[in-house]
Amino acid sequence: MSAKLHLLKNGQKAKIVSLPPGLCGRRIEALGLRPGKIIEKVSGMPFRGPITISLDGRQIAIGHGMSERIIIEPLDKKGEKL
Amino acid sequence: MKFPCFGCHKTESCNGCHVKCGEVDSKPQKILLVGNPNVGKSAVFSRLTGVHAISSNFPGTTISFTQGNLRHEGQNYILIDVPGTYTLNPTNEAEEVAKRIIMGDSDIVVIVLDAGALERNLYLALQVLELGGKAIVALNMVDEARHKGIEIDIKALEEALGVPVVPTVALAGRGIKELVSRLKEAKKSHIKPQSDEDRWKTIGNIVMKVQKAHHRHHTAKDRLEDITINPLWGVLVGVAVIATSFFAIRRIGEGIINYILDPFFSSFVLPLLENISKSMNQEGIIHSLLLGSLINGSLDFEQSFGLFTTGIYVPIVMVLPYIVAFYTVLSLLEDSGYLPRLAVLFDSLMHRVGLHGFAIVPNLLGLGCNVPGVLATRVLESPRERFIASTLISIAIPCTSLQAMIFGALGGFGGKYVVIVYGSLAVTWIILGRLLNILLPGYSPELIIEIPPYRLPSLRGIGLKLWFRVKGFLFEAIPLVMFGVLLVNLLYISGAMNLISNFLAPFFNTVLGLPASTAGPIILGLLRKDVAVGMLLPLNLTSQEMVISVVMLSMTFPCIATFIVLFKELGFKKMMLSLSIMLVTAILSGATLRLLFLLA
Repeated sequence: MSAKLHLLKNGQKAKIVSLPPGLCGRRIEALGLRPGKIIEKVSGMPFRGPITISLDGRQIAIGHGMSERIIIEPLDKKGEKL
Repeated sequence: MKFPCFGCHKTESCNGCHVKCGEVDSKPQKILLVGNPNVGKSAVFSRLTGVHAISSNFPGTTISFTQGNLRHEGQNYILIDVPGTYTLNPTNEAEEVAKRIIMGDSDIVVIVLDAGALERNLYLALQVLELGGKAIVALNMVDEARHKGIEIDIKALEEALGVPVVPTVALAGRGIKELVSRLKEAKKSHIKPQSDEDRWKTIGNIVMKVQKAHHRHHTAKDRLEDITINPLWGVLVGVAVIATSFFAIRRIGEGIINYILDPFFSSFVLPLLENISKSMNQEGIIHSLLLGSLINGSLDFEQSFGLFTTGIYVPIVMVLPYIVAFYTVLSLLEDSGYLPRLAVLFDSLMHRVGLHGFAIVPNLLGLGCNVPGVLATRVLESPRERFIASTLISIAIPCTSLQAMIFGALGGFGGKYVVIVYGSLAVTWIILGRLLNILLPGYSPELIIEIPPYRLPSLRGIGLKLWFRVKGFLFEAIPLVMFGVLLVNLLYISGAMNLISNFLAPFFNTVLGLPASTAGPIILGLLRKDVAVGMLLPLNLTSQEMVISVVMLSMTFPCIATFIVLFKELGFKKMMLSLSIMLVTAILSGATLRLLFLLA
């Protein structure tokens, strides 16, 4: 089951499935956020504000529009597939 | 890109002339410091060279290269602090600069890695190693990584990368000596150019071999980090931080003026100048140039407008305290790591004006001085964003010098008028930003930013940075202010000011409701805003006239220094566009304010 990053709930884990193509994807990848990585959503700002995720113990904020183009696979608390 | 010779400072024709000094027997070696943004390159650079490079706790502090020298065991090195980049496929102007320098010639590359985010950092490291130059790795922030439960096997990392690895904590200066003494061990790596896919695979293997991560419980710091980007608490904390900052700046600035500098100038400098004035019989051209005119029979620092009265009083007593106050507070925000969180909070708002959240940083820097503000727009990705941000900064963001004078000129009339000026600038910032976002073709990219962990700012770091910035102000601003005061006097004495005023009088009277005498100051704002506001003081304006003049002055022509960076950063055509927007905005705002005052 795949979904988009902005739909995750706070505190929920997910595995990155794919990034948008082009420059946008390159900017995301440069920060170490690549397909296969496990992330956890930390929080999201209202009014289509950025989504903050945690990746390998570091926090990254991603603009709302960009997060809608990142495909993820939601995981449960232990990091297992739902 | 070529860098000048260490000895003769020539870029092209040097033939090893530095040998002549007899101390050095080999050519200076050029060292590049490269790494991801916010891994502490500038801190390593400062420690190595003693040259202070501004370092802060947010990505993108260094936007163009800084150069310094280092001498070790008879060998001279030229060090270049390259702007941080995540990759050699640049995504913004600062990364473009970094790429050009890295691809250019150098003798040794020092790759600075953040031990706490090894995987991401290794991507650039491998790209650089694959270029085939001699390299050495500084594994920085090992202390912070250890606190987070990350242990890195240095020997294994050396083996995997094929170059020496030195653990460092640059902010505290640890490991720097070892790094220097091992510079000569820098060597070529065995890692060969590879595809993106393979590079990530290689990185995965290296990380698995060298890094051990222990699980660790949430600490108080983690909770603070989470709270400040939480929708509700984050906004509350943000409002509190901004309010406290402004309050602190105001109190510190006022405190220095009222308790230290003003008493000193009134009781020591003024009597001295009064004596000189008397010995010159209080008249003559020299008297008006040096000391200015007498106000109610005596010299007045704010209104006499002489080189040694207003010319030194404005920059040193009225402006400098606020510069010190502003940069103290800004440095604390920068080094603690709070600014990127502010970018997250402001992202939605910034999108309405065609920018993304991180553009809050250039705007904040602009509140200190527009020049670093405009330069900092280099971290924004598209030319469109850079144009919008630079234009907004130069029109609607008042620098500290200007703000100090706004308080100086309007404080006497009451706080209400100061609020009107700030309000007008804020409304203009929003409306103009909206318009630019709608009218300019293209769209703006989204925010994506790493949020650094909070760090306790060090006294040394804050002090150095403050000194660096205050020194910049003293050396650049004071000569310009004095020159401005001199120029103003010459324009008045020669009668040129009268000509300008008379020429512009009809327009100023009818549209803006201002006396013709305000034309001169508003035009001289081109040189420096603080001088220009200073010129308004002796004109006996009413509160409303003062508000309109100050708003117009804040918005019209950027000061000469900002003008030059706008030209450099935007190019001639875009700068002219920006200036036209500025002129129209200033006139519209002045006229609107007048209308509102008439209606009220």
